[in-house]
Amino acid sequence: MMRFMLLFSRQGKLRLQKWYVSIGDKEKKKITREMTQIVLGRKPQTCNFIDWKDLKIVYKRYASLYFCCAMEGQDNELLTLELMHRYVELLDNYFGNVCELDIIFNFEKAYFILDEFLMGGEIQETSKLSVSKSIEESDMLQE
Amino acid sequence: MAPSSVKLQELIRLIRTAKTQAEERAIIQKECADIRSSFREEDPSFRCRNVAKLLYMHMLGYPAHFGQMECLKLIASPRFSDKRVGYLGAMLLLDERQDASLLITNSIKNDMNHNSQYVQGLALCTLGCMGSSEMCRDLATEVERLLKTSNSYIKKKAALSAVHVVRKVPELIELYIPAAESLLGGKNHGVLHSAVVLITEMCVRNPEATCKFKKVVPELVQIMKNLIMSGYSPEHNVGGISDPFLQVQMLCLMRILGQNDDEVSEAMNDILAQVATNTDTSKNAGNAILYETVLTIMDIRSESGLRVLAVNILGRFLLNSDKNIRYIAMTSLLKMVQTDHNAVQRHRGTIVDCLKDTDASVKRRALDLTFALINGHNIRSMIKELLQFLDHCPAELRSDCASGIFLAAEKYAPSKRWHIDTILRVLTTAGSYVRDETVPNLIQLITNTSELYAYTVHKLYQAVLADISQQPLVQVAAWCIGEYGEFLLSGTCEEEKTVKVTEDDMLDVLEMILQSHMSSPATRGYALTSLMKLSTRISDNVDRIRKIVSIYGSCIDVELQQRAIEYNTLFKKYDHMRVAVLERMPVIEKNSQVCSDKSTKVLNDENKPFSLSKPNQTEVKIQNAANQQTVDLLDLIGISDPSSTPVVQNNQEKMVGGELLDLLGGINFGAIPSITAYNKNGLTVEFFFEKVGNNELSIQLKAKNATAKDMKEFILQAAVPKNIQIHLQAPSGSVLPALCSGCVSQTILISNPNKVSLKMRLRLSYSIEGSTVQDICEVNNFPPQTWQ
Repeated sequence: MMRFMLLFSRQGKLRLQKWYVSIGDKEKKKITREMTQIVLGRKPQTCNFIDWKDLKIVYKRYASLYFCCAMEGQDNELLTLELMHRYVELLDNYFGNVCELDIIFNFEKAYFILDEFLMGGEIQETSKLSVSKSIEESDMLQE
Repeated sequence: MAPSSVKLQELIRLIRTAKTQAEERAIIQKECADIRSSFREEDPSFRCRNVAKLLYMHMLGYPAHFGQMECLKLIASPRFSDKRVGYLGAMLLLDERQDASLLITNSIKNDMNHNSQYVQGLALCTLGCMGSSEMCRDLATEVERLLKTSNSYIKKKAALSAVHVVRKVPELIELYIPAAESLLGGKNHGVLHSAVVLITEMCVRNPEATCKFKKVVPELVQIMKNLIMSGYSPEHNVGGISDPFLQVQMLCLMRILGQNDDEVSEAMNDILAQVATNTDTSKNAGNAILYETVLTIMDIRSESGLRVLAVNILGRFLLNSDKNIRYIAMTSLLKMVQTDHNAVQRHRGTIVDCLKDTDASVKRRALDLTFALINGHNIRSMIKELLQFLDHCPAELRSDCASGIFLAAEKYAPSKRWHIDTILRVLTTAGSYVRDETVPNLIQLITNTSELYAYTVHKLYQAVLADISQQPLVQVAAWCIGEYGEFLLSGTCEEEKTVKVTEDDMLDVLEMILQSHMSSPATRGYALTSLMKLSTRISDNVDRIRKIVSIYGSCIDVELQQRAIEYNTLFKKYDHMRVAVLERMPVIEKNSQVCSDKSTKVLNDENKPFSLSKPNQTEVKIQNAANQQTVDLLDLIGISDPSSTPVVQNNQEKMVGGELLDLLGGINFGAIPSITAYNKNGLTVEFFFEKVGNNELSIQLKAKNATAKDMKEFILQAAVPKNIQIHLQAPSGSVLPALCSGCVSQTILISNPNKVSLKMRLRLSYSIEGSTVQDICEVNNFPPQTWQ
């Protein structure tokens, strides 16, 4: 199960935070700061997995954004890389050549898309097409 | 007068124009004030936009709790846009700890039954992400109902909500078992995936559920087969592989169902073999599936062929150019090195090569694995690689590498010389990173290798000449030079070509260590003691040593000062004892630390003729005790932390002055029960106890003779364990009149500051009717109060 997902820029500015566990606000801020420090501090040639407390942190950089997921001990790290990539593809599909600015100005859309792809820390839909369709139809319901 | 409300994107743009933190704060404060007044107006038209703006500001780190109730209102609104933002706000601002979260339970319940599946979806998603246990309990049956709907969009969301419910309230597992089973029948991948996640979660939390779900294994196998065999499905395709997410999730479930179950594992053998051999490894997705397959194979009761296949996959992973794959291969191999040792051994070469990997995490794991793979056969080559690694390894791994090498060397050393060489090599390379107990361990090893004294001391001498900065090395070297200096002087050593060392050279080195600013206080202690020891081993330069020792008598370091003064005293007042005191150290027992050292020596004491304690030998006894104490002193310096020596010093003082205190101490009979120490052939000896002060015990013994004849020349001698001091005072007489008509009494004074359990050996001798009777007995029945 995924415990949390964070998106942040190279300057450490948070662009999206999704928490799948119940944690207080202060604690969330502390963890976010720590994650940002650890991930931004990684040297370029190191692998994408970090051991942190009892969790596995899987991170990947896409253009100017770092995607950072905290997985539990029994989760498959390589699959998490696929998961993050799928999310980026979904965003790209929706925004067309997505970039950081899209996510900044349309953060609520980014959340809506994420909530169609993941739920409770688990993948809910494995078909790219299905997720995109759901988002489109939901958007049409908006007044 | 409706307030003009800034659009969300405008606000974001505005905030981004701020050049300083203060500017940003000002903008946000103004906006928050506007939003707050708008909330107060209860105007629904801009509520959605305002909450969205609040959520943005919350992400920047600003407080947004005043928006919580507004989220509730949005959720209750009939408009979809309102609900969307309201539920998002609930997930971001509310968590189960807040009471406000309970208030949305009703809305969620209503929305779960909404006409629009997207509204239903919002409700289920929110419950599945932040629902508290109460909310889950309240809505559990609603979720169960939705599990049975025909709408796949709702079914998959309901399944994942059920996962969350089960995590929060495990007792509700029973509720979902029937519905979960039927979910596997569908074709929709989203539903299948969620169903597998749900079943996995239930099995993990409840072993009974595991039993119930074992029967779905054939179904799972079939689904896997379809996935692998089916043609290209663009919808679920990732890099040529059909739905890797679903494949991995199913492999995970198979792992849980097959654990400890031969039959179930058997049913999975074929499909696992198929996946392991047919999956395309060119892309990450394929490798993710292979990885999961390997984990599953290793965890269930798979046949050996399959296990070998799994380990080989990992071996191939180790050679992969992708560092992520090398990393997970290492992690997995580390997990299975204990259970499948031989299989992993086959890849030893690759693993050792990974010590040179560029990635730090791979290096660390390679190190752990390397240590796990060392055995008696490969020890030499492995340690060679590890020593090379130690030369260049990153600082954070040095300490672990050094300790690992020591442990392995201790376990599998092919020869003592190799062992000492290896330790020396580690000390010269990474001396400052070794653990504290390395020094005493190495010293113990050296003392046990008498044939290599010359070799060892020569090597150490050379090493220390080259470099005196590594403290553990310098400490061991100083100790050895002190103990085995004569080998340096004689220059004999079969193993190496040696340089003859003069007395001056040796003293130079020790002085250098003493004076160097790089030496720690402990190291200087070693050096000073070694100098002292050399005073008995060399002939010409004893004066030089005397001078150094007296100089340090005024050293600022209290520890050194104390030692120097004691050694000075040894030179001046006790010179006749110096040789005996500074004798070569006895061989230290393996695996003994200081405390157990003492216990083994107690045993030794009992076997040796014990240091007798006759009344008219009181003087000698004190002297012996003093001897023992100074020997203790040296022992403790050699083995353990020098800071423990002051304790021993105090003992000595107390011992000498203790007598007076004892005589002046108050008498307090009856506090401790008396014992019969000896009762044989009519002779009884009773002990009466009285504690004097914290560590002193006064034993009044009374000897009585119950036989018909007098016992003459009655002498009692006593010995105690090493850490206890004993002092016998003169007896009242030496004749025990017959038939208990009189008695002989004697006082024994015991000093036991370490509170070691009290034991005593008595030797009695007397003559009766012309013949001498001698007997030895042990007294073990001292009451605990006598020593506690």
